[in-house]
Amino acid sequence: MPDGGIGASSKRREDVRFLTGKGNYTDDINIHGQAYVHFLRSDVAHGRIRRLDTAEAEKMPGVLRIFTAADFEGVGGIPCGWQVTDRHGNPMQEPKHPVLAEGKVRYVGEMIAGVVAETPAQARDAAEAIVVDIEELPAVIDMKEAVKDGAPKVHDELESNLCYDWGFVEENREAVDEAIRNAHHVTTLELVNNRLVANPMEPRVAIGVYDRASDEHTLYTTSQNPHVIRLLMGAFVLGIPEHKLRVISPDVGGGFGSKIFHYAEEAFCTFAAKAVGRPVKWTCSRSEAFISDAQGRDHVTKIELALDEEGHFLAIRTDTYANMGAYLSTFAPSVPTWLHGTLMAGNYKTPLIYVNVKAVFTNTVPVDAYRGAGRPEASFQLERVIDKAAREMGIDPVELRRRNFITEFPYATPVAVEYDTGDYNATMDKLLEMADVAGFEKRLEESRKRGKLRGLGINCYIEACGIAPSSLVGQLGARAGLYESATVRVNATGGLVIMTGSHSHGQGHETAFPQVVADMIGIDPSMVEVVHGDTANTPMGMGTYGSRSLAVGGSAIVRATEKIIAKAKKIAAHLLEASEADIELKDGQFTVAGTDKSVAWGDVTLAAYVPHNYPLEDLEPGLEETAFYDPSNFTYPAGAYACEVEVDPDTGKVEIVSFCAADDFGNVVNPMIVDGQVHGGLGQGIGQALLEHAVYDENGQLLTGSFMDYAMPRASDVPFYKVDHSCQTPCTHNPLGVKGCGEAGAIGSPPAVVNAVVDALQRAGHDVTHIDMPLTPSRVWAAMQQG
Amino acid sequence: MTKVSMTVNGKAVSGEVEGRTLLVDFLRQGLGLTGTHVGCDTSQCGACVVHVDGKAVKSCTMFALEAEGAHVTTIEGMANPDGSLSTLQQAFQDHHGLQCGFCTPGMIMSAAALLAENPRPSEAEIREYLEGNLCRCTGYHNIVKAIMAASGQDVSSIAAE
Ligand code: FES
Ligand code: FES
Repeated sequence: MPDGGIGASSKRREDVRFLTGKGNYTDDINIHGQAYVHFLRSDVAHGRIRRLDTAEAEKMPGVLRIFTAADFEGVGGIPCGWQVTDRHGNPMQEPKHPVLAEGKVRYVGEMIAGVVAETPAQARDAAEAIVVDIEELPAVIDMKEAVKDGAPKVHDELESNLCYDWGFVEENREAVDEAIRNAHHVTTLELVNNRLVANPMEPRVAIGVYDRASDEHTLYTTSQNPHVIRLLMGAFVLGIPEHKLRVISPDVGGGFGSKIFHYAEEAFCTFAAKAVGRPVKWTCSRSEAFISDAQGRDHVTKIELALDEEGHFLAIRTDTYANMGAYLSTFAPSVPTWLHGTLMAGNYKTPLIYVNVKAVFTNTVPVDAYRGAGRPEASFQLERVIDKAAREMGIDPVELRRRNFITEFPYATPVAVEYDTGDYNATMDKLLEMADVAGFEKRLEESRKRGKLRGLGINCYIEACGIAPSSLVGQLGARAGLYESATVRVNATGGLVIMTGSHSHGQGHETAFPQVVADMIGIDPSMVEVVHGDTANTPMGMGTYGSRSLAVGGSAIVRATEKIIAKAKKIAAHLLEASEADIELKDGQFTVAGTDKSVAWGDVTLAAYVPHNYPLEDLEPGLEETAFYDPSNFTYPAGAYACEVEVDPDTGKVEIVSFCAADDFGNVVNPMIVDGQVHGGLGQGIGQALLEHAVYDENGQLLTGSFMDYAMPRASDVPFYKVDHSCQTPCTHNPLGVKGCGEAGAIGSPPAVVNAVVDALQRAGHDVTHIDMPLTPSRVWAAMQQG
Repeated sequence: MTKVSMTVNGKAVSGEVEGRTLLVDFLRQGLGLTGTHVGCDTSQCGACVVHVDGKAVKSCTMFALEAEGAHVTTIEGMANPDGSLSTLQQAFQDHHGLQCGFCTPGMIMSAAALLAENPRPSEAEIREYLEGNLCRCTGYHNIVKAIMAASGQDVSSIAAE
């Protein structure tokens, strides 16, 4: 076994360039002759454009051209990648999403015009000189108001602001109602899953380049999935065939979902580069990102859990309003439905589940996937209602969970997914030990002595990752397949290049993927290089989100490497004059079984490219293989989390004093990277629970539109975390037995924090059963005053 | 346009800038030193931190002309003279203190300034000092740990390697 194979905490090779300032992010790229675009964006949430006059602005210094919707006639709208069917069998309402506003503006931040000029400052100055007269219309911001009869319509051409009314599983609806009617006990909880802004630290950037000689377009963009952008933008928006369109996403500074989607700015820069005859660059400011990056969450939910006398779960009914914003972003319709409803079973045996989701258009920025996407919303409501039920029934919350754990696998849930494997008691046992739950009472006493309230919140989570089986998601409305690809190219002297359709924007693929291949061949990982992020030199792949890179992308790499090894064995057999069946590969040596005859990896790769002594009649020269891997099921990482808080009774300020996470990710390739992924998820989950909230006023102005108003978690807001992934039930259906770890922390942590704060308040005698996130001091303080 | 001259990473440099040109834009566009990043427009994120005459400064919050004659150090000037990673940079790699790397230059510059004034900061002091540096990837755990390790403290008991 080479050093640094599967299971090693190899240090990341990408770090060296990032630590020395040599990263190559999109904004670091400048193309000779580039011009700059500045977008004029709507400052009203809803209005009719009465007049748009660019004449004066066009005369401003440095202006090359100003584009408005009229210039985009004949260009398609920004497509939506998922069509949800409502509970009556009708397709969702799907409005056109123009590149630049056509006649009406529908959210603050919507692009009205794009000014291309010689310098960014000139473009900005000219954008300010555009005369735009907008007749303001009443805006709809609140979802429940938006679906009332007579509410102003975001899209005049649609029947209403209801995108869809989805029921799942619709056939179970009546049975669920009946079970709830007849149950011994029903716990009801109404809650809000607060709207968030993803805020990767690198704002989005797009550079469009057009080569007149070859008629080829290139788009540099901060994307998690360059191939998806090429397909969506080329085929649906601009009508450019793939072979004339190259999309490059170099180093990307975090994504968390918000860089999955195809954005209008990308289409604009690509289009404008040809029209102006110059490369066109757009660099988003943070203020612009707040009003143009798709946002996350924003669910308003009522959940009911029916239990029998012993606390066994009988049925779950949940009703959610999910905000879509003003237009359908790429994956928006799938988030509150298939990524949410299918997880409502959680880790528990609940025979009957019915999920209703009303997706609503409002005059706000589009909402789409953000770290976890649908699964945090499912986990949060389920784990909160279980906690509430436990308190109502006087059963210990951990015991109530254990009583209902799924313990036999595979397990088919009533919400259409089949968990292949898991051990929820094992992660719970591990958690209780890590969190020293037995010592809690003592710590509680200590806190009391210092005048602080203390609480402990424990919960489980499960997620569906490794997205996704193509045929299944096709039936569910996906307009794309969700396989992943890899080409493994072996060079003559034995080094390898993995060309992957996955995309790394912090996940460490350049380190982890070589660990896998090096392990399989038995060579040093330094011989393996990863290429990603460029449609010109990677096979068509679907990119990185949904904790899929190792589970799906890694599986494609394994499959391609298996093909490489199979062919290399044939070559080795020829060189060793032995039968192929007798060739064994170990530590980079091909050996004839039971003999000391062997050839080295490098001898075989050289023979493949210098085929002098080579079975040319039977075998092509060269050593390069491609594999596309389409998973047969999702993967189901799961775990148990514990949060301990201290609450200041005078101010309501919550301090997280400890956070423990016991996860089951199946097999682990690089434990250091996995720990880091969990840490990052916890940071975001704690941010959601305590700090973050995208708040709109009734006119549709985003009140939290900068880092001064939107509370991002800072170093002093979080503790050192304790994380563990020693409980491993390997995935049964992918070759590495891996499950994915990218989103777990963000999914599992918000309920733990809220459970802990509610626990602290209840222990102090307050009659508080729920507080909506974020648990700011004022909300916690107000809750204490009320009960 | 006005001429501005300064010393950046030990090298005398000069360029033509507008009065409104920010130091970060001069470094990135004027000098091609793209290691210094821009993560916000309200002086909150710290991705742009550089050292000006030895002090950590948000280079988005200073005009290029204000750095006339100053000694500026950017992330590109932080490695050892032989090009190897400095103790602090090495600690970030060893302890996985970065993921996407976008906040990293600012984190390194801030942490270096902290260690210069407080060679053995406590966990709380580090967290406090990083108040102006946002990271969205790491949850800060390994950043804090790396800085403690770089200052010679034993971090083996801090949970989870
Ligand atoms: S770019 Fe300077 S603080 Fe954000
Ligand atoms: S490593 Fe990505 S923002 Fe810090």
